[in-house]
Amino acid sequence: MSVHPIAVTINGKAEYLEVPAHMTLLQMLRDRLALTGTKNGCEAGECGACTVLLDGQPVNSCLVLAVEVDGRQVVTVEGLAQDGTLSGLQQAFIEHNAVQCGFCTPGMLISSQALLARNPSPDEDAIKEALLGNLCRCTGYGRIIQAIQDVARGGGAS
Amino acid sequence: MSGLSTVGKSVLRIDAHDKVTGAAVYADDLQFGPGLYYGRLVRSPHAHALIIKVDASRALALPGVKAVVTGRDTPTRIGLYLKDRTIFALDRARMVGDPVAGVVATSEEIAEEAARLVEVKYEELPAVFDPVVAIQPDAPLIHPDLGEYEVVPFIFPQPGTNISEHFKLRRGDVEAAWPRCAAIIEGTFRLPPIQHVPIEPHVAVALWELSGQVSLWTCSQSPFAQRDLIAQSLGIPHGNLRVIAPYVGGGFGGKAGVSMEAAAVAMARAVKGHPVKLRMTREEEFICTTARQSLVANIMIGCDDQANLLAMEVAYYFGGGSSNEYGVNIARAAGYSCTGPYLVPNVKGDSYCVYTNTPIGSAMRGFGMPEIHWGIEQIMDQLAEKVAMDPAEFRRRNCVKTGRTILTGMEMPAIDLVACIDKVTQAIQWEKRPPASAPHKKRGKGLAIMWKAPAMPPNPGSSAMVRFNEDATVNVEIGAQDLGQGAFTVLAQIAAETLGVPYEWVRISVPVDTKYSPYEWQTVASRITWSVGNAVRAAAGDARQKILAVVAEHWHEDPADLDIRDGAVVSFKSEREQPLQNMVVYGLPNDDFEGWKGGPVVGSGKFMPTYVTNLDFETGQGTRAVVHYTVGAQAVDLEVDTETGQVEVLKIASAYDVGKAINPDLVLTQIEGGAVHGLSSAYEAIRLDAQGRPLNANLVDYRIATIADIPREIHGDIVETPLEDGPWGARGVGEHVMVQTAPAIANALYDALGVRFSELPLSAEKIFMALHGS
Repeated sequence: MSVHPIAVTINGKAEYLEVPAHMTLLQMLRDRLALTGTKNGCEAGECGACTVLLDGQPVNSCLVLAVEVDGRQVVTVEGLAQDGTLSGLQQAFIEHNAVQCGFCTPGMLISSQALLARNPSPDEDAIKEALLGNLCRCTGYGRIIQAIQDVARGGGAS
Repeated sequence: MSGLSTVGKSVLRIDAHDKVTGAAVYADDLQFGPGLYYGRLVRSPHAHALIIKVDASRALALPGVKAVVTGRDTPTRIGLYLKDRTIFALDRARMVGDPVAGVVATSEEIAEEAARLVEVKYEELPAVFDPVVAIQPDAPLIHPDLGEYEVVPFIFPQPGTNISEHFKLRRGDVEAAWPRCAAIIEGTFRLPPIQHVPIEPHVAVALWELSGQVSLWTCSQSPFAQRDLIAQSLGIPHGNLRVIAPYVGGGFGGKAGVSMEAAAVAMARAVKGHPVKLRMTREEEFICTTARQSLVANIMIGCDDQANLLAMEVAYYFGGGSSNEYGVNIARAAGYSCTGPYLVPNVKGDSYCVYTNTPIGSAMRGFGMPEIHWGIEQIMDQLAEKVAMDPAEFRRRNCVKTGRTILTGMEMPAIDLVACIDKVTQAIQWEKRPPASAPHKKRGKGLAIMWKAPAMPPNPGSSAMVRFNEDATVNVEIGAQDLGQGAFTVLAQIAAETLGVPYEWVRISVPVDTKYSPYEWQTVASRITWSVGNAVRAAAGDARQKILAVVAEHWHEDPADLDIRDGAVVSFKSEREQPLQNMVVYGLPNDDFEGWKGGPVVGSGKFMPTYVTNLDFETGQGTRAVVHYTVGAQAVDLEVDTETGQVEVLKIASAYDVGKAINPDLVLTQIEGGAVHGLSSAYEAIRLDAQGRPLNANLVDYRIATIADIPREIHGDIVETPLEDGPWGARGVGEHVMVQTAPAIANALYDALGVRFSELPLSAEKIFMALHGS
């Protein structure tokens, strides 16, 4: 089993790791770095619970190999709050009760963050398109849409 | 009490900050260090087969493999109401995916490889998948030893058949009533098995220490029930088995009772001193945890020419799966509530749970009620049409009402279902039938109502503890779980209100841990706000009394003149004020510091219903069948594309009588999420091939509602008719919110298309074919 050295920036911090060729980014985050905010829901790219930002783009971290992130930037849910201050989206998810069991929430927040970064004032259809790959069984999605719209009205995610 | 400060307010969720930052810990997030081993299960490829031989020698020879556990290691049966399975299949596999052996290894990859090396010799048996076929006398017998199984006294298996429960309801005389009916509608309705699909798959980590102490960390709705059942099955003293249940990533009943957790404990016993992690893949989650049971329902209902219901005869056949340990009580609940929320003077009901070679049927949100309402609510619409009455008016006339005698002979506790009907018909603009948005589209509206009682043993208990810290923040200890429904928030509100402290001062002691948390039966049955709410209120009331007694003595006043307001004891009489800080731990000095009084304040409380009575085996009649019912109504406005069969739900309006909304916005989030869950459930099915092998055990082929599938508008209304023994009158609503969504959609489809659908799942293809023929 071959092991590869990689250098990756995770939530703004440089990390140097040796990873097996078959290790996924999701496994690396959870099992190597104890960044367990990113969730494992299916390991097949179908539920979106493991969504992280890779160079600013939302990806299913279960479908990305750890070796692929060498030299790149990863942001997880743990990287959304800055110095203990919640992001606008995090605050809005709390205020709109857009959280129930919370298992989809990290992926939802990451996909929403990516959406607002590329489209600061998305309409409802744009929100639905951006979150189509993030499954939620609790909320019925409506509060999540409201939370994102609220942040968008206030000038985008901070 | 004049004016509530926290109860009835939509305070923000107590768990939300942890959940938006990634700090909330779920079972798979716990770190166990390098000593952690991993388990994989060896599963039967056959739906029904004798196990002739299990040979683990090749698996054990693989480097990194530590143990292989089989049915011979776990011969003692396990089950909640009916002990009808072993942790690993002993001599017979009863479904595709039945666990036959468990492999423990140093990594998940090695465990998976080793699982493939375990050689199992089977002798295939004929299998049966449909409950109506399985109930026939010549059907293959799935549990030949049924007569030997231990069972609770209110469940009635029939040895020598595949029937694990038969509930009989007999009231009045249906035969005499049919000739008096002006309209009679009869139908057969079918629902497939469906899955809970929590986003978090099941995971369990077990550690069996050399001392005999056993710990189980798992995503669980039922840590105490798991402790009880696993302790019994594996011969562990209850005091030595500790179940720790961190946050649950969605349950919906799928994490109630015991499923794969017991296997993790049995596997840990084989490698004492090492924690063993067992987690389900998404495929296993679909077929090897539990499912909502299938149902075939034969329903006949009649009314007179004034639209008064006269008679109802039903036979419910639940496809209970390979073991029915929990599911038997679903059939029972469907039996004692078999009329749906209606007053019917003459009733003949038979509800069966039937073994089938399919995934294990167990609790799922609604617990039998979505299944039976699917048919009942469509027939009520048909009857209304036949006697030319508006379906809403038909329901107002016939629905259950406070104080009236219902089918079991019990008096209906206080509810207002008519108010719920009024709310949703108003919200959906029932009287108006606007045109469709395009010539090839048809628009329709539909209505459905529901009831559901907490389905449980007569005496499930709850308990709670309240402990003060020096700064007067409060730790509330409960054994109930927050599955996302908001239980921790609501219980914190109840503690704050009772104690007279700000909500922000309350902490819920998590994770739930059977070693430290007070006893709780299970987080099921929508019983937490009511039952645990009462226990927390009692515990907080106990602490409050203790505080008031100390301060009253200190002030030489009567405790009856004192209250706690906003974190300080106040006297109405002397207008003195004593902050809770410090005194709740250190007490107060006597006059002139001649000694001290009081000390650390700990309050305890419990709640257990004591009034539920036995029901007659032959008739289902009794004084008090259940603790109470929650009722509600839903109305749907939808549009169908006749060229594609696609349905767009424009609006779902819901109203439920929750007695008292402790947190109104959290009630609304249940209503909204439940409407989408209910809509989704109408399109879901676990599909099996002719050999009982799953065809769609993944999230692409088994679709749940995505963000693109939701109605344009979801409206919720809250009705508050106080429940006699609920905290501030509150009763539960978590499950009810999806019970009648599918029949409301079916009724709206009929309104739009003039076509009835008796079988779920719905699909665009099915609707298209119904419109255009084959």
